[in-house]
Amino acid sequence: MTYNYFPGCSLKGLGRAYEESLLPVMRHLGVEMAELDDWNCCGATAYMSVDEHMACVLAARNLALAEKAGPQDLVTPCSACYLVLNKTKHYIKDSPEINATVQRGLGAIGLSFSGKTAVRHPLDVLVHDVGLDVIKEKVVRPLKGLKVAPYYGCQVVRPYATFDDAWNPTTMDRLLKTLGAEVVHYPLKTKCCGASLTGTVPEAGLRLTYILLKEAVRRGADVIATICPLCQFNLDAYHDQVEKRWGPARIPTVYFTQLMGLAFGLPVEQLGLNRNFVPMKPLPEVPAPA
Amino acid sequence: MDITRRVRFEAERVRGFGKEIMAVPGCERLFSCIQCGTCSGTCPLSVYMEHSPRQIMALVRADFKDEVLRSNSIWLCASCYDCTVECPRQIRITDIMYALKQRAILEGVYPKHFPIPILAKEFAAMVRRKGRITETLLVMRLFMKANWRAVLSSWRQGLGLIRTGRFVLRQEHIERRDELTAMLAAAGNGTGKTKETP
Repeated sequence: MTYNYFPGCSLKGLGRAYEESLLPVMRHLGVEMAELDDWNCCGATAYMSVDEHMACVLAARNLALAEKAGPQDLVTPCSACYLVLNKTKHYIKDSPEINATVQRGLGAIGLSFSGKTAVRHPLDVLVHDVGLDVIKEKVVRPLKGLKVAPYYGCQVVRPYATFDDAWNPTTMDRLLKTLGAEVVHYPLKTKCCGASLTGTVPEAGLRLTYILLKEAVRRGADVIATICPLCQFNLDAYHDQVEKRWGPARIPTVYFTQLMGLAFGLPVEQLGLNRNFVPMKPLPEVPAPA
Repeated sequence: MDITRRVRFEAERVRGFGKEIMAVPGCERLFSCIQCGTCSGTCPLSVYMEHSPRQIMALVRADFKDEVLRSNSIWLCASCYDCTVECPRQIRITDIMYALKQRAILEGVYPKHFPIPILAKEFAAMVRRKGRITETLLVMRLFMKANWRAVLSSWRQGLGLIRTGRFVLRQEHIERRDELTAMLAAAGNGTGKTKETP
């Protein structure tokens, strides 16, 4: 199984623990992730706020590079990248005006995009292509007793996700159960983490972060599992400011791929778990087989 | 007690503004709005906004351009798309917010010193120059442009990032930067724009 891989800027920066856990997990399952040659920033929400046409052109270069690299699906772990690449595909298809701008830009550098390449999230690929049965076979260290709040955030399920429900997604819930974890009922699973507002307008942004943390604590979770680098950063790196404002809400937030790595028995030090502000407690020692 | 008029005057309208926004790809269904308020009820940020999303829809449609473009509402939209999937009239409210942000930046009427539009512009500039974003460098540029005092309140977080090996000082960039420049220049030709928006 081979995919084209679009990491996005965050996975080389603040979200590097995501890549550090995603790639070994994929390798362990026999999935090859071929990083797209010379990919560029998807543009995220920021470029779309400045210039819609150019935002689509930028994102489309990656789609075109993927199409050139072969018929494999393009996998991207960051929610913003996932949304922007899918959105661009929709805009190219639906708006002749945007399509013309995009093709003119791509044509100038010898590229084109026909619209075929599918843009997918690793969660989708892991559960629907690899399969929970195959994942289950690889679990050597079940996450028994670990209570996990599954947090999906916004942009993977809204508005373009095709693999799960926009209101009550369950793909990660099922995956976590397969790893042996106890999945906590977490009704805020698709609520906004505050996105970049945590840094720019903390009064508003951090309040959203606080609500998510507090609710996970209240529901008895040991850890929050996330699928997005910005969600992870917001839920992990602002505890000082959040708790000073509104009171205790301490709980670690890790990537779902880190939990997979733990369950697969991959070396802990290779999963990027040391990059957390609020570290996850080590799993209890497994009694040595008699 | 100061009494201020809460309803706009007819004369404050900029005729045709609503139609212009509706012509932006993604915003086609703006005029189907039934003012039900589902968007405002769903929006996690509406409690902080000068005008709720429902009001923004009404104001845009009624051509109150200045009112909309100068409000903090459009910049507080975090693009969570909750309103878009909940809207019973299938209006892509998030995309309308984007169209309004683009317009506000183009016309330079966003709230000054408000960090969100500055972040958007700095982000776009870094992508155009380097092809990729280095988040820590972007945030430092934002601090310099918007609010250098914020550095003081964030020093602990900065130290945490260094401790966890996430503080990246080396600017990420793509190899073929000239390709990016050529692509954007070629795409910009014929759109009526002489150069890309600042």
